[in-house]
Amino acid sequence: MVDVTGAAPQSRDIKQVYLEQTRAKRVMNSILLIIFAALMIAGFRTADARNAGGFWDGLPKLLDFPADVVGEAIERAHLLPGYFVEYFPSLIETVNIAAASTLLGAILGLFISLLVTRGLTPVPWLVGPLRRVLDILRAIPEIVVALVLIFLLGGGPVPAMIAIALHTVGALGKLFSEVNENASLKPVEGLQSVGASWGQQMWLGVIPQVAPNYLSYALLRFEINIRASAILGFVGAGGIGYDLRNTMSWGQGKFDEAAAIFLLLFLTIVVVDQLSSSLRNRLTHGASTAEGVV
Amino acid sequence: MSDTTLTQNTITLFQRKKLVSFAIPVLILAYFTYIFFAFDIGGLADRINVNNARTLISDTYSYKTHVTRDNRSGDLEIAIEGERKGRYAEGTAPDWVSLGDETVVDLGNGHVVTLGETVRYDVPGYGTITADPGSSGANATLPDGDVPDFISASKNRLMVTTDAGRLTITRNRTEIFNYSVGWELFFFTLNSPYYGMGVGEVISRASSGEAGAIWQDFWSNNMWRHGDVAWAIGETILMAFLGTFGAAIIALPLGFLAAKNFTPLGSLRFAARRVFDFLRGVDGLIWTIVLSRALGPGPLTGSLAILLTDTGSFGKMFSEALENVDGKQIEGITSTGANPMQRYRFGVIPQITPVLLSQVLYYLESNTRSATIIGAITGGGIGLLLTQAIITQKDWEEVTYYIVLIVIMVMMMDTLSGWLRRKLIKGDAQ
Repeated sequence: MVDVTGAAPQSRDIKQVYLEQTRAKRVMNSILLIIFAALMIAGFRTADARNAGGFWDGLPKLLDFPADVVGEAIERAHLLPGYFVEYFPSLIETVNIAAASTLLGAILGLFISLLVTRGLTPVPWLVGPLRRVLDILRAIPEIVVALVLIFLLGGGPVPAMIAIALHTVGALGKLFSEVNENASLKPVEGLQSVGASWGQQMWLGVIPQVAPNYLSYALLRFEINIRASAILGFVGAGGIGYDLRNTMSWGQGKFDEAAAIFLLLFLTIVVVDQLSSSLRNRLTHGASTAEGVV
Repeated sequence: MSDTTLTQNTITLFQRKKLVSFAIPVLILAYFTYIFFAFDIGGLADRINVNNARTLISDTYSYKTHVTRDNRSGDLEIAIEGERKGRYAEGTAPDWVSLGDETVVDLGNGHVVTLGETVRYDVPGYGTITADPGSSGANATLPDGDVPDFISASKNRLMVTTDAGRLTITRNRTEIFNYSVGWELFFFTLNSPYYGMGVGEVISRASSGEAGAIWQDFWSNNMWRHGDVAWAIGETILMAFLGTFGAAIIALPLGFLAAKNFTPLGSLRFAARRVFDFLRGVDGLIWTIVLSRALGPGPLTGSLAILLTDTGSFGKMFSEALENVDGKQIEGITSTGANPMQRYRFGVIPQITPVLLSQVLYYLESNTRSATIIGAITGGGIGLLLTQAIITQKDWEEVTYYIVLIVIMVMMMDTLSGWLRRKLIKGDAQ
């Protein structure tokens, strides 16, 4: 009893303090929310003012272009299969740009990721500088490199491939090195004790541990790179994006071809997304069941 | 499992491993061989434009000043990069040009050109080239002997390209290019009184009340357009900001619709998920094209393109996060007699906020890059300036400047988003 009466004022204090804290937090949160809302509204108004056409003027016209495209596509629906066949090679080129650059980027990224992981790298002083290089590679948008390379090499798939591959090295190099950091060093030590070279230590000690994660990240990157490859085509780097720009700039009359390209691109992106996500699921969740079997 | 079967299993496993570790490199190699021919990489050596490469590289760190004499009127014009906005006012010249009846241009290392009715160029180690350009042609006289590689001469045109610069003489005009290292007129243009002033003097003048004028001259520098560039960077960041957070605001309620544990109605869930797939599958490129048709080029078009694509991505991620919510907390809140609204507010939101916020902030950084790319396509922000500078094929110093700015911008957004992530998410956890 004595304890309870003694504790009562104290607990009232605690309640008081707690309520005050909650109130302060709530005030803080609402202030942040108001600032955020104000920023959003002001941002929208600025963007609207600096846009060539205003939002409210353009809104009713938003569906005009899709309607034109769909209209023409339906009108000449019998031509669509022919267009699919015609533009299929460009689609293959776009996919090839993405695949080759992902593969190149992943291979280079793998090497660099091993070099920038403390504990695995044979040249510790290179870790810092190489990481900055990766940061820069990641920060440069693909389009910048692609446009400069188009000036030097002319249009075509190679500038796009190099541009996307460079960005992929930056992105995957970082992700891979994060995976490497979680790899167990015991196999590496074991291999070291029997006199394996650095290459052998990495190939036999580290890669088998991290390969599923690597693959999963590389697949995710492939999804992203397909989109990037289509965009770079649009600025002159070949593939289906280039055809899309040509049919678009032709204007009305070729919108049925644009529709066919839209469809091809849409289907490719959806199919690759689905395939890669189911593969990734198998890689991350399948690993545990596979262990159980073995 | 007996020892023999175990050995057998191990052997087959090893054999399969061997095969795989052999087959994968072979497959990769085969694919690259295919790419080599499909992309015609062998023909790349023929396609590469060495001249373009040379201009690009030299232009990124140097600039040229044109000294031009009109051979009919005798007028002299000195302009940086030959541009109007870089022209020296009449009667003024850089210190390597001495004006007079005969203008003497000192290109350095003993290369001196005298411009007048007669043009003389002393090339050290070769001799003096003279020319009397007029209606009958360039009328050049070269020293005796074979014409060296650095001179190309015809009746109407003489061109001398040396390490120090280049002299071109035609019937109508004589032009000298002098190359100098650096980014010309980066701070002030020639018409500004602060051009050519030392840093110390500019600072002392700024402190004596001219700061506004100095800033004005720098900001409205019409060669480098610092003001416009700053606006363009602002626009790009604005696109990323509006697009990312707008998408997050729209995707949150839709995410609830697509989550199994919050929307028991299968058809509604299915519809929400297909909407996300559609938004993502159509992709930013097509959204950009469609939107720019209706709204015209500009930052709003870019923001909305990012918003639409990311609503799809966020919707999918949010609904996955919502499906992984711990039901016990909601039960606990329910047991206190909370109504559904309160259950969401106190049982669900605190659980998912850190996850969602970190995803959204991660996208903010990557969208800064997307906004640059979308800007290049639709015409807005720094992406537009960059493509414009590349299209001219001669403003490579500006291209370099923009690339540096873009890299700094993306890295700063990366740092900012990382800082916010740590700050907000740790703050919530405490």
